[in-house]
Amino acid sequence: MLTYKVQPKGAVSPGISTCQGCMIDVIFRNVLEIMGDDTVLVVPPGCAAQFSGTGPEASVTVPGIQGNLENSAAIASGISNGFRHQGNKHTKVVVIAGDGGTVDIGIQSLSGAMERNEDILYICYDNEAYMNTGIQGSSSTPFAASTTTTPAGKPVNSKDLIQIVMAHHVPYAATASVANIPDLRRKVQKARDIEGCRVLHIMSPCPTGWGYPSAKTVEVAREAINCGAWVLLEYENGKLSLGRRPAALGEAEKYFGMQKRFKGASAEDIKSASAHFVERYEYLEKLSELC
Amino acid sequence: MQTQRNTPTSTPSKRRVLGPCSHILSAAHTGSWRLERPSVDESACIRCGTCARYCPTACISVSKEGAPLSFDWDYCKGCGICANECPKHALKMIPEGSGD
Amino acid sequence: MPVKMFDGNGAAVEAIRLARPGVIAAYPITPQSSIAEHLADEVANGSIDAEYVRVESEHSAMSVSIGAQLTGVRVATATASVGLALMHEVCGVAAGCRVPIVMPVVNRSLVAPWSLWCDHSDTMAERDTGWLQFYCATVQEILDLTLCAYRISEHEEVLTPSMVCFDGFYLSHSMQRVDTPEDEEAWSFVGPYVRKNMYLDTKDVMFINDLCPTVEHTEMKYQQMMGFKRAAEVAKEVFAEYKQRFGRELHTVEKYMLDDADVAVVTIGSMSGTGKYVVNQLREKGVKAGLLRICMFRPFPAEEVREALRGVKVVGVVDRSSGLGAAQGPVCSEVKAALCGETGARVFGFTGGIAGRDISDGSFRKIFGELFDVYEGRADDCKAWFDVRDDAMSIREVDMPC
Repeated sequence: MLTYKVQPKGAVSPGISTCQGCMIDVIFRNVLEIMGDDTVLVVPPGCAAQFSGTGPEASVTVPGIQGNLENSAAIASGISNGFRHQGNKHTKVVVIAGDGGTVDIGIQSLSGAMERNEDILYICYDNEAYMNTGIQGSSSTPFAASTTTTPAGKPVNSKDLIQIVMAHHVPYAATASVANIPDLRRKVQKARDIEGCRVLHIMSPCPTGWGYPSAKTVEVAREAINCGAWVLLEYENGKLSLGRRPAALGEAEKYFGMQKRFKGASAEDIKSASAHFVERYEYLEKLSELC
Repeated sequence: MQTQRNTPTSTPSKRRVLGPCSHILSAAHTGSWRLERPSVDESACIRCGTCARYCPTACISVSKEGAPLSFDWDYCKGCGICANECPKHALKMIPEGSGD
Repeated sequence: MPVKMFDGNGAAVEAIRLARPGVIAAYPITPQSSIAEHLADEVANGSIDAEYVRVESEHSAMSVSIGAQLTGVRVATATASVGLALMHEVCGVAAGCRVPIVMPVVNRSLVAPWSLWCDHSDTMAERDTGWLQFYCATVQEILDLTLCAYRISEHEEVLTPSMVCFDGFYLSHSMQRVDTPEDEEAWSFVGPYVRKNMYLDTKDVMFINDLCPTVEHTEMKYQQMMGFKRAAEVAKEVFAEYKQRFGRELHTVEKYMLDDADVAVVTIGSMSGTGKYVVNQLREKGVKAGLLRICMFRPFPAEEVREALRGVKVVGVVDRSSGLGAAQGPVCSEVKAALCGETGARVFGFTGGIAGRDISDGSFRKIFGELFDVYEGRADDCKAWFDVRDDAMSIREVDMPC
């Protein structure tokens, strides 16, 4: 039924109205390439809804449905069960949702799907605020970051999605970043071949919301890993493994300095954020040694 | 004089779908957003593909045979990630409309 | 046809079983819980071959149902009260994406105050969500209307989901004799689920429920409106076929002693039996009373209502939900709009039976009494709320702080 007005490279239309410098396109393109044509996509409202099309115009070459903001994991569960009932074990069901649709309003349906170990791949691209509606703070917005609903900087730390995911004993979960596409691809490949509820949490910096030049998306994402604002890890069969200890763990000054959203952060705030990065990293490190 | 149509008015291969769905793969002309565009120093480019890997619009083609990098200007938004990430600094952003 | 004993929830489960769903997603809520339980039993003992998705909320129950049915299987879910309210957002998706889900709804009051008991505030709040609504008067009707709802909803020119509504406890937990079709008989009536509109299939790509611009939105609502229009006709066709196959008559509206009635009440749901009982008593005294029961509320059978009430001089419409802020309850609004002064009848709304307060024969006698006072010129108006305690405004008296 899909009619081609353009010939895409891969499964994603070449012209998507995501902001200049946004790398969600790269996530979609890599995920859909690895998952293959036999994939059904669930996308909630948000920046990712650029990929569900507008009116009769589609943006991806796989079938899908745009859900409501909070029920992506539940719709995906339904699709997965519908296919299973019809003996279709080959079609993959993939959710690509933002942080608001995942850690805030969507956490309940995701929790349900993880607990039931639904056979879905749930991907959260995290740009750390409600960017599509105009940069409102989410529970993924980090401490001290200014958004339109935290104009003086967010007074508390962000919610730790991956630990919530691990607490559900899913067969596979990992974090990834647009700063490291080969690593991201490897994790998607791994997730593809595992049965059950798989969750990927991918950092995707937002030039519009974070306040940095569009050319710096990868650089900012890389710096987030360097200072421990973002931790790359993998959780498989109950085992947590972390990558190399970041070179500049706990040195948040450079990372904060790159982004206007941290413009109002005091020296004290940066110190406190730095301490949080170290604490969180070391906690995860200890956890990885335990199991 | 008006003549009567002999052909059916609807195409038999089409069916009507009720409700919202998209079914025509289209593209926004995002190239029109561009204020700057990448310019390549061919002598410095090692064709490693880093620019293409990180390009949000997948508009860079890298040929292994040594042909110059090519860009799909219909879609390049001019974000500059390619120039920022090039390990050899072979790409630089120049104002749209200026010569190479 | 075998006669079985079912309570209302059991009859709903039996109808679902006969329709052979492939995916079931249900979340327990009083007084629906035994539907969720019995569906799980049926799956566990193999009498329904389905995936049972033990969802974490009604919102997810409807979301799972939509996702599953779009892959091409019939789904089952059921809810009540605040569970339906939580589903509200996604009910609109099922309707707008034309996913013909059939859902039993066990009527229970909405909060606040908390109540476990029956009224229609839950389903009346959903009356404009784009779902067909049927209201049952007996346990038998729950089975009959649920089976018919699959045929009506899934009709290719209707493609609109259905709520089969029945009164919590009055019907859901009341054991009654139910003529139940054999599995094969029922299957030959309901038939397998055939996807007729949008679906998720990697061999035939479409992206469902994307953002649609204003230039198309009105048209999609128009399509839904046409679905309702067609549903009104299809319901009658399906009811006729059901009667021919199974011998039981179903209605969009049920007329009782209306032909020569001067005064009539309009009822909905399980109160109707009591209403008929009082009509019988009045008739024995030679009083020309009648009753009209609304069986299908969406699409509202305005023409049938108008025809049925032609000749009736005074009409009382009994609403089992408060319709706060409106000039009258939702059923009365519809009846008034249907008559629209055309029949010359005077129409009065009566609100009561809220949160399990029984609508007794005494209630109906009072209602008829008021209506006859108007008919015979002794009064000009009726009390809009019936069976309200005299101390309504002072049922809580607490000490003043010192």
